[in-house]
Amino acid sequence: MIALLIRDLRLAMRAGGGFGLSLAFFLIVVVLVPFGVGPEMGLLSRIAPGILWVGALLACLLSLDRIFALDFEDGSLDLLATSPLPAEGIVTIKSLAHWLTTGLPLVLMAPVLGVLLGLPERGYYWIIVSLAVGTPALSVIGTFGAALTVGIKRGGLLLSLLVLPLYVPTLIYGAELARRGTQGMDTSTPLFMLAGITCAVTAMLPFASAAVLRINLR
Amino acid sequence: MPELGKYAFAVLSSYGITIALIIALVGFVVLRNAKARRALEAIERGGKNG
Amino acid sequence: MSLWQYANPVKFLHLSGKIVPLATVVSAVCLIAGLYWGYFLTPDDYKQGSTVKIIYIHVPSALVAINAWFMMLVASLIWLVRRHHVSVLASKAASHVGVVMTLIALITGALWGQPMWGTWWAWDPRLTSFLILFLFYLGYIALWAAIDNPDTAADLTSVLCIVGSVFAVLSRYAVNFWNQGLHQGASLSMDKAEHVSDVFYYPLLLSIAGFILLFVVLTLVGTRTEIRQRRAKALLARERG
Repeated sequence: MIALLIRDLRLAMRAGGGFGLSLAFFLIVVVLVPFGVGPEMGLLSRIAPGILWVGALLACLLSLDRIFALDFEDGSLDLLATSPLPAEGIVTIKSLAHWLTTGLPLVLMAPVLGVLLGLPERGYYWIIVSLAVGTPALSVIGTFGAALTVGIKRGGLLLSLLVLPLYVPTLIYGAELARRGTQGMDTSTPLFMLAGITCAVTAMLPFASAAVLRINLR
Repeated sequence: MPELGKYAFAVLSSYGITIALIIALVGFVVLRNAKARRALEAIERGGKNG
Repeated sequence: MSLWQYANPVKFLHLSGKIVPLATVVSAVCLIAGLYWGYFLTPDDYKQGSTVKIIYIHVPSALVAINAWFMMLVASLIWLVRRHHVSVLASKAASHVGVVMTLIALITGALWGQPMWGTWWAWDPRLTSFLILFLFYLGYIALWAAIDNPDTAADLTSVLCIVGSVFAVLSRYAVNFWNQGLHQGASLSMDKAEHVSDVFYYPLLLSIAGFILLFVVLTLVGTRTEIRQRRAKALLARERG
C-alpha cells in the first residue's frame, strides 16, 4: 500500500502531473474575486474566509478526475484491482495521495492568499485549521465521485455536478468555522461537525467508493 | 373570481407555472411511453431491422 | 402470493396497466377539486393575504419531492440487494417526477416568499435544502444518461442515491446551522401544514392526495416505458447476436 502511495505521489509531482495546477487555480480564483466584487478591503476582509474556502474547494474539484482517470486509461487500474490489495485500500490510498498533493498544499497556500483578501489577523490560524480538518473530507468525497465517473468520457462536468452537492455540508461547517474563529466567536460546533464529517466519511465512504470502482471495472 | 389584491402576481404565476410544468411533465411521460410501446410492438412483430 | 411477484416485468405491466387508468381519474379529480376549492372557495389569510392560496401547490409538491427521493432510495436498495430490474427502473421513472416537483416547490416557494421577504430569493433553510435536493436529482438523472450499459448505470445510480441520501440529511442539518447564524427578522417558515385552520386544511388534503396520486400514475407509466425500452433493447441484441 505504501508503494502505491509513493507511486501516486511521484506521478503527481512529475511534469504534467498536475501538482501545481490546483495551487495555480486557487490563486486565480482568489485574484478574480476582487475583480468581481470590487477592491474595497472592508468587504473583502469580511468575505475572505468564505472565498478562501470556495477557492480551495474548487481547486480540489479540478484535480479529482486525475485520481483514477490516468490509471483507468492505461489499464493499470485493472491491474490494481486484481492485486491482493483490497479495493477499499486502493481507494483510501488514492484519497490520501490526492490530499497530500492537492489538499495539503492548498492549506499551506491559503494564508498567503489571505493577504490578498485582507484576512484579519486572527483569521490566519483559523483558515489553516479549518482547511486542514476539512480538506481530507473533500478528498475522500471527491474520490467517491471520481470512482463513479471513471468510465465516462469527458466526465469532468458530470463529476462536478455529482460532487458539489456532496461538498455542501463540509463547505458550510468549514467556512463557518473559519468565519467564527476570525471574529473571535465560539467555534466548537462547526469544529466538531467538520471533524465529525471528515472522520465519518474517511471511515465509511471508501466502502461505497470501492463498490463503485468494482462495478466500473467489471 | 377571488380578489387577489396586491399578491395577484405571486399567486397567478405560481399556479400558472405549476400547471405549465405539470402539463409538460405529463406530456413527457406519456409521449415517451407511447413511443416505447410503438417501438416494442414493431420489434415484436419482426418489422424493425436491428 | 407476495408483493414480490410484481418484480416480474410482465406481471408488473399487467397490473400497472389496470391501475393506471383508474388512478389517473382519481388523481385528476382530487387535483382539480382540491385546487378549485382552495383557489376559489377559501378566504385570505389575515397575515399573508391571498398568497396563502399558494399553499395548495407548494406543500403537496414539496411533499412529493421529498417522498419521491425516499422511494428512490428504497427502490435502489431493493435493486442492489435483490436485483429486480423493475425496482431500479421505477426509481429512474420516479426521478423524472421528483425533479419537476422539486422545481415547482422551489418556484412556488420563492414566489410565496417574495411579497414577504421583498426579494425574489432568500436563503431560507427550507428553500435552500430544496435547492440542494434539486441538485441531487439532476446528478442522479445525469448519471443515468451518461452511462451506456444499463446494469452498470443501475448499479452506479443506486449507490449514488444511497450516498446522496446520507448527504442530503446531513445537508439539512448543515443548512439549518448555516442560516440560524444570520439574523433574520421575520419568521421564514414555509411549513404551515401543522398550523392551518380547518378552512384551509381540507382542500389542502385533497391537493396532497391529488399530487401523490399524480406521482404514482406518472411513475407507473414511466416504469412501463423503461421496461419496454429494456425489452426492446434485449430483443434487438438477440436478433443481432
